This record gives sequence, structure tokens and C-alpha cells, in this order.
Amino acid sequence: MPNFELHSHKQIIKHREVVDDDWSVLKLIEDGTPETVEVPAGKIIVPVKVWLAQREQLLGRAARRELGIWFASDELAHTVKDDLDKFAVVAVDFPKFSDGRGYSIAYNLRKRLGYQGELRAIGDVLRDQLFQMLRCGFNAYATRQDRNIHDALKGLTVFSETYQASVDNELPLFRRHQRGALPEHSDIGAGI
Amino acid sequence: MYRYDQYDHLIVRERIAQYRDQVRRRLADELTEEEFLPLRLQNGLYMQRHAYMLRIAVPYGLLSTAQMRMFAHIARKYDRGYGHFTTRQNIQFNWIELEQTPDILTDLASVEMHAIQTSGNCIRNTTTDEFAGVAADEIVDARPYAEIIRQWSTFHPEFIALPRKFKIAINGAVEDRAAIAVHDIGLTAVRNEAGEVGFKFMVGGGLGRTPILGSVINEFVPWQHLLTYTEAIMRVYNQFGRRDNKYKARIKILVKAVGAEEFARMVEAEFADLKDGPETLTREEVERVAQWFNPKPYLTLPNIDPRAEHADNKAFANWLMRNVKPHKVPGYASVVLSLKKTGVPPGDATAEQMDFVADLADKYSFNELRVTHEQNLVLADVEQSKLFEVWQQAKARGLATPNIGLLTDMISCPGGDYCSLANAKSIPIAAAIAERFDNLDFQHDIGDIELNISGCINACGHHHVGHIGVLGVDKDGAEWYQVSIGGAQGNESAIGKIIGPSFSAPQMPEVIGRLLEVYVKNRVEGERFVDVAQRLGVAPFKEHVYATPIPAGAKVGEDEYA
Ligand code: HEM
Ligand code: SF4
Repeated sequence: MPNFELHSHKQIIKHREVVDDDWSVLKLIEDGTPETVEVPAGKIIVPVKVWLAQREQLLGRAARRELGIWFASDELAHTVKDDLDKFAVVAVDFPKFSDGRGYSIAYNLRKRLGYQGELRAIGDVLRDQLFQMLRCGFNAYATRQDRNIHDALKGLTVFSETYQASVDNELPLFRRHQRGALPEHSDIGAGI
Repeated sequence: MYRYDQYDHLIVRERIAQYRDQVRRRLADELTEEEFLPLRLQNGLYMQRHAYMLRIAVPYGLLSTAQMRMFAHIARKYDRGYGHFTTRQNIQFNWIELEQTPDILTDLASVEMHAIQTSGNCIRNTTTDEFAGVAADEIVDARPYAEIIRQWSTFHPEFIALPRKFKIAINGAVEDRAAIAVHDIGLTAVRNEAGEVGFKFMVGGGLGRTPILGSVINEFVPWQHLLTYTEAIMRVYNQFGRRDNKYKARIKILVKAVGAEEFARMVEAEFADLKDGPETLTREEVERVAQWFNPKPYLTLPNIDPRAEHADNKAFANWLMRNVKPHKVPGYASVVLSLKKTGVPPGDATAEQMDFVADLADKYSFNELRVTHEQNLVLADVEQSKLFEVWQQAKARGLATPNIGLLTDMISCPGGDYCSLANAKSIPIAAAIAERFDNLDFQHDIGDIELNISGCINACGHHHVGHIGVLGVDKDGAEWYQVSIGGAQGNESAIGKIIGPSFSAPQMPEVIGRLLEVYVKNRVEGERFVDVAQRLGVAPFKEHVYATPIPAGAKVGEDEYA
């Protein structure tokens, strides 16, 4: 019995489109440890811990652009800060949609560490989170398979303006636009 | 007050479209209740004991008369004719249909209001001093900064699924009227020697299961860095706050676990990267927001003594003494309209009262109202010469009870009558105590005292910081009440101490009576209840309260206000 599982999605959202995907996400199970797990052939996204434990063996596969890593939500971006350009994919896991640590990991990967490549959200990824994921720097989304992925696409276009700076917008609203147009209604509430 | 520009309108409009679609998907079963829950909570919609409750944001407690009239409209059209003002300066409606919530939001948007982030594990409504901008002891008007935080925190993409709810309060006066020590972040706006504005940052305060007062982590953060420094705190909390146990998930637990000094160091490390970055505030932006809070077109008036003309009117004098507050502009005063008339749940207002206070504010206070965290309303800018008129009119509508700061000006959460988390009712306890001590002469003799009641450990009624705190507890399926004394909010914030075993509902008025007896016997000139409680400690109070059994007395706890 292998001490890992592979999860794959036929389709993901990438750059605002539904595309086919041939990556698998490796998860350790039972007695699997980062040191002993044997990463199978193919395009595999391994846990950060596996990369740290088997870096020497995996460097070659990374060089062939066959390797990605994924962060668990309690891991910190800077643990792989010097290796980021080696991976074809960096993913961040959302074990539950209510666990928001992945947003900070993404922010740090992009803003603090300057990661430029594919940043993929995996795990409990639902339509109503996509907009904030996009803003924090994700550009690919392995949405939950029991939901219609084309519906999920709509989650990327909820707001056309936002107040804060984040990864998607370097500048906050007050630096992007001249604000302070006159209020739309001079007589608010007159209708009731 | 702040007015929306086209961007604020656009964001709120797009929000309604998003939420309307979420409700549609929920009703079509495309979303499970579990998935819908965080979405509706981030829009202030709770499932309560009997129905949905909608919490609407009143940013920093400031609202126009048109907005107040909209509340009256919502109360009539979608609820049962009343609403409930809360300790977080918001308003809640208790009898809402899910299907109607998108329409309510549409109505609210027409008066520049919303329900965004009034609940959920995100940054909630930033609260402030209800007298900000007019208080005689003000150093900095906190409202523009509260508005700047409101905008920055609205749909912040990174801080939308925090370990737990997050509350920020700002005070800019000598006296802290914003209870900053019991907030996740408590800010004091101050001026340095050069006259520049900055913020003292206190972090890690909160009530609930583990009441903790905040710790100062930075004495002076220049105003330019208000958002970036806050962002640094949020990022530390988002990454390191506990998520394994929701009772240990607030930032106060993190600050306590690592220590305030270490926490400050972690924040500094984050801040180093953010400092002077794009979120750094510009003078232009602060001025743009601040211009909406410019002083009102005050008249040049002399200070007068409104008592002079009505020297023999004791009721008016009482009201002036308790409900009228000093103003920084000569000839003006601020008026607190009491929502604590005996027989009415604290903070409740009917649609008629809302329309009426809107009329009053239109006539006497530059079309604006404020909500206090003690669940009252304020007319901030009343000409002293108009006080008698205002009093007569407010009195006719039951809004001039001269009890501000007195025993019957209680804070009470909705408790078991509405709240599905309650261990016990709180409104009937408040009512029974109010009835017993209805006598105003007695209340004026007792003087300043804060009685705070919560129906469970979540502490929505701030019981820990009440001079007398009452907490509903459940013992073997029955409702009991635990009493603490010596708590305080404001500059001398303190967590109260429990006096002993809990009481049944019918015993509560007598318990309060006995606590007051100890106070009256021991006070020296000018000492408030809380001063005596802190000076003597729990022992003498405990002794007297438990000395002889307290008869059960009349039954309280009936559903008459539900
Ligand atoms: C729908 C009814 C309500 C529910 C379900 C509810 C729920 C809660 C919960 C679970 C907590 C504890 C949070 C924690 O410690 O992490 C809490 C705290 C609190 N709530 Fe409520 N609440 C309700 C109504 C209210 C009302 C009506 C008010 C104001 C009158 C209010 C104000 C507060 C405050 C001030 C706290 C204490 C915050 C702190 O720990 O510093 N809540 N509430
Ligand atoms: S203190 Fe408890 S009973 Fe009261 S409103 Fe909060 S959660 Fe409900």
C-alpha cells in the first residue's frame, strides 16, 4: 500500500478560463512521512514538507518542470523562499473555506517573496471565495469537484472596484482614482 | 457626516447583487446551509431563536435622519415595528425573512447604508466615542479615521476568514467613552508635542469567556501609518491566531500566549515591510474624508444656564444633570435620549420613536443622530436655549427618562428571549430591576453606576466591565444569575469579581438592593459604587448579600417582551 494519495482535477480555472489539468496533488496518509514517501512519476504537486525532506532527490524533476509544491494552511511562505522559481506550480491548501490563512500565504508569496508563476488554490475552494483569492495573488483555482466549474467562474467578477491595495492592485483606491465626486443623492431617503 | 462617492455606491451596489445571488442559490439548494452560513454572517444575518436577525452597520454610531427614517421603514415593512440598538452602535432587527434580505439591503443602499461585515470572522464595525467631534474634552476627532478604517476593512481580501471576529474601537478624547480596552484593537488618537496626530495601539482586549484588557504595543504610530500598522497586526493574527478551538481563537489569546512584548516585535517585523508602502495614508486622503466631518455651521452664541428660566422645574433639572453633556462650542450642548424607560427592553426603539427622533434631529441637531454603546441615542448639537423644548418633546415620547449613567440605564443583551446561544433571559431581569428601583430620587442618590447584563458567557452585554455585572448561567437546565462587582470601562477599565454562588431570577432585584445597601453604608463623599467596590473588595458585599436567605419574590422571566 502506498503511503500517499493522489488527487487530481480534470479541469481547473486558470487565468479566468476553464482549462484541462494534468497535475496531481500528493497527500500523505497513514504512516507516510515526508522523508520516506516515494513521489511517483508524472506531474506531481508535493507537500512543502516533502520538498524540504527530499530536496536533493527532487531537484532534477523540478528542473524538468514536473514538480510543484503545496502549502498546508499552517505553513509559512518563507520556508521555501529561495526555491520558489524551481516549481512549475505553487499551490496553497484551504482545508476549510473558513480557514483564511491561505490568503496570507499567497500574499506573502507574491508580495514579500516576489513569486511570479502559477499560484493555485486547492482544497475547499468555492465560488464565493474566488474573488478574494484572485486579489491575494492566486491565478489558478482547483474548485471543488462536486460543483459546476463554469458557475464558479462567475466568482471572479463580483466587484469592479475595491478599496484596499493587495496583490491584484498595487495601489489602494485613494491612490488609483481621484475620489470625492459629489454624492449621487442630495436627498437621501426621500423615497420612503 | 461622511457621504458616499461613486465608488462607495458602486461597491455597495455590487455587494447587493452578489448577496442577492447567494440567497437565490441557497433557496435553490445550490448552496448548503453550512456553506451559506459564513456568507450570510458576513452580511449580518443570524439565525435566532425564532427567526432571522439582521444586524445593520451604523458606522461608528453616526447616522443621518434619513437613515434613521429608513430604520423606521424597515421596522414597519419587514419587521414588527421596532428595532434594537446594540452595544456595538449598530441596529438589529429580530424578525426578518431570508427572502426579503436583498430588498432590505437595496432600501438601505438608497440611504448609503449596508450590513457588510456586521458579523462573521472579519473586521467588524469600528466603533468610537458617541461624542466624537463635539465633546468638550476632545483631543482629536476620531471619526475620519474610523471612516478610513471602515473603507479599508470593507471586503479586505486577506482578512475575510480570520480565526475569529475582530473589533476595533477608537477614542480621541481625554475620557475613553469607546471602551477601547475591551477591543481586539483599541486606538487612542493623540497629538505629540509637535501637534501631529498619531495613535496609541492597544491590542488583545476582549470579553467573552476569557475577559482580558488590552496591552499597549505602541505608544505613538503617526497617522500616516494607521492602516499599514493595523495591517501588520492583522497579518500576524491571521497566521498565528489559534484555529483549533474557537474559544481560544481571539487575538487576546495569542497576545497573552506570546506576551505583549513579543507580539509587538512580531508586528514590527511585518510592519517593516509595509512601512511607507502604498497603503500609507496621504494628507490629501485624510483631508478628503475629514471635510465631511467639518464642524457644523454653529451660530455664535453665549453660554447660558438653561435652568435659570425654569428654576422650579425639578424634572427638567434632573434631565439637564443626567442627560445633557458639555459641548466644545459655546452655547451648545449634547443631549442623550434615553432608550431605557422602565418596561422597555434596553436599546429598543419603535418605528414611531425612530421617526420622531429623526424629526427632532432635523429641527435641533443638524439632521444627525448618534448611537451610544450604552444603547441610547444622542442629539449632538443642540442649542442650549432649545434644551427646554427638546426636553418637553422627548418627554412626551418616553425618551427623556433622566437616568443616563444611573441604575436603570442598564446595558442588556437580548438574552434568551431572542438569542439562541443564551443560557438565561436577560431582558426580564433588566425589567424587574428597573421596576424595583424605578424611584428616581433613589437612583439619583445612588449616582453613577453601570449595571450590565449578559444572557451567557459571550458577554454581549459587557457584564465583565459593569460596576455590577450580571451573567446568565445554566444549571441543570434552569436559569441562574451570577453577579460580579468592581468592573469598569473607560480609562480605568477593570474586570469585575464574582461575589459568590448564583441566584434565581426572582432573587435578582433584592440582590441588587443589598449590594446598594453596602455601598450606601460605606461611601464617603463623592465616591461612586465602583469606587467603594474596588476600595473594599468583594468581602463586605458578599457577606451582606448572603447573610440571610433571599426570598424568591415575584416571578420574573415571563415572555412578556419577547
Ligand atoms: C443574534 C444575537 C447574538 C449572537 C448570536 C451573538 C454572539 C456572540 C458570541 C458568540 C460572542 C462571543 C465571541 C467570542 O468571544 O469570540 C459575542 C460577543 C459579543 N457580542 Fe454578541 N451576539 C449577539 C447579539 C449581540 C448584541 C445584541 C450585542 C450588543 C447589544 C452584541 C455585542 C457583543 C459584544 C460587545 C461581545 C463581546 C465582545 C468581546 O468579546 O469583546 N452581540 N456575541
Ligand atoms: S451574551 Fe449570550 S445571550 Fe446575550 S446576546 Fe450574546 S450570545 Fe446571546
